[in-house]
Amino acid sequence: MAPKQRTRNPELIPGVRKVSRSQMYHKRGLWAIKAKNGGKFPHHEKAPAATAVAEKPPKFYPADDVKKPLSNKRKPKPTKLRASITPGTVLIILAGRFKGKRVVFLKQLTSGLLLVTGPYKINGVPLRRVNQAYVIGTSTKVDVSGVNVEKFDDKYFAKQVEKKKKKGESEFFESEKQEKSALPVEKKDDQKAVDATLLTAIESVPDLKAYLGARFSLKAGMKPHELVF
Amino acid sequence: MVRPSETLSSQFLSLFLEWYVEIGRVALVNYGKDYGKLVVIVDVIDQNRALVDAPDMVRSQMNFKRLSLTDIKIDIKRVPKKKTLIDAMEAADVKGKWEKSSWGRKLIVQKRRASLNDFDRFKLMLAKIKRAGVVRQELAKLKKETAA
Repeated sequence: MAPKQRTRNPELIPGVRKVSRSQMYHKRGLWAIKAKNGGKFPHHEKAPAATAVAEKPPKFYPADDVKKPLSNKRKPKPTKLRASITPGTVLIILAGRFKGKRVVFLKQLTSGLLLVTGPYKINGVPLRRVNQAYVIGTSTKVDVSGVNVEKFDDKYFAKQVEKKKKKGESEFFESEKQEKSALPVEKKDDQKAVDATLLTAIESVPDLKAYLGARFSLKAGMKPHELVF
Repeated sequence: MVRPSETLSSQFLSLFLEWYVEIGRVALVNYGKDYGKLVVIVDVIDQNRALVDAPDMVRSQMNFKRLSLTDIKIDIKRVPKKKTLIDAMEAADVKGKWEKSSWGRKLIVQKRRASLNDFDRFKLMLAKIKRAGVVRQELAKLKKETAA
C-alpha cells in the first residue's frame, strides 16, 4: 500500500475539519502564489471553444424506441498463471491425448493457454497449447534459458482454413478426404530447434530424460491430496 | 502408569515394557497443534492432564491421551525454569537418543517419504528396481551353486 499522505486539514468528525478557511489559505501558500504573480492569482484565458459541428437532422426515425445496451469496456486478460508454474517447470498433463505425460512448460500465450513441449523426441508431445486447469505443476525445473520461444503465439496454432468448397453430389459419395494435411516442414523445424537446446539441458540432469519419457499414474496407496509434486 | 502405544508393543511385550508418567518423561505429541513434537512432562495436574514443556514451545497443559510416552527420561525437578529444562535436555541428549531410536528413525523416514517430489519418487522407483535386480542376480548365483 502507498504510504499515507500527510493531510493538511484532517476531518475531526464528519463535517467538521480542523483548520479554518483563512488558516488553510495561509497553509496552502496561496499568499505566496499571489505575491509571485503580482497580487493576483495566475489566470489563463479560456481555450477557444471548438465550434460545434452542424448536425443534420436524421433521415429516419425508428417507430419504436430501441433500448441501447449498456456499454461494456471489459478487456479480457490472460488467465492468472499459478505461482508454481514458471518457464522450465515440468508439468503433468491430466486430460486429453497426452494424459499422464510429463512435459516442459515454455511460456504462457496471450490467450492464457500454456505453451508446452515434450520434448517431442522424448515423449512424443509436440509444441502444443494446454490449459492450465488440466495440468499439475511439479517442483522440478528444467533450464530453458537457451530456448527462443518469441515466435510462438496463438495464431501459430490456428487451424488451417480449407479453401475447397463442396462442388456437388459426387463429393458426398467419395471417400472422405484421405489426405490429412501433413505437418508443414517449418513446424517440424521449429520443433527441432526448440528441442535441441532443451535436450542438452535435460541430458545434463541424471534420470530426467527417463522421467520425462514415463507417464504419471496413481499407484496403490498414493493419496493425491497428500502427495508433494 | 501408562502403557506405551500399541504400535510399539504387543500384549507380550507390555508385561515388562511399561513406561511411567513421571516428571522428566519425554513424550511424543500425537494429536493437535503440536503434533509430532517431543515434549517433556514437567508436572502432573490431575488424573488426566499433565503440564508439558519443550524448548520451542510455551509451557502448557495437555491431556495424557494426546501424548505417547517414549523410553527417554531426563533428570529434572518439578516445573523447572526453561533454561534448566533446556540444559537438562542437552545433558541427556534427548534429540540424539530419539533420532537413534528405531521409533525416531521411523518417523524421520516417514517425513522424508512424505516430502518426496514427483521426480524423487521416480528416481526412487528406478533405485528399487536396480536393487531388486542385483539381489535377484546374487540369488540366482547362490541357487546355481547349491544346485551344482
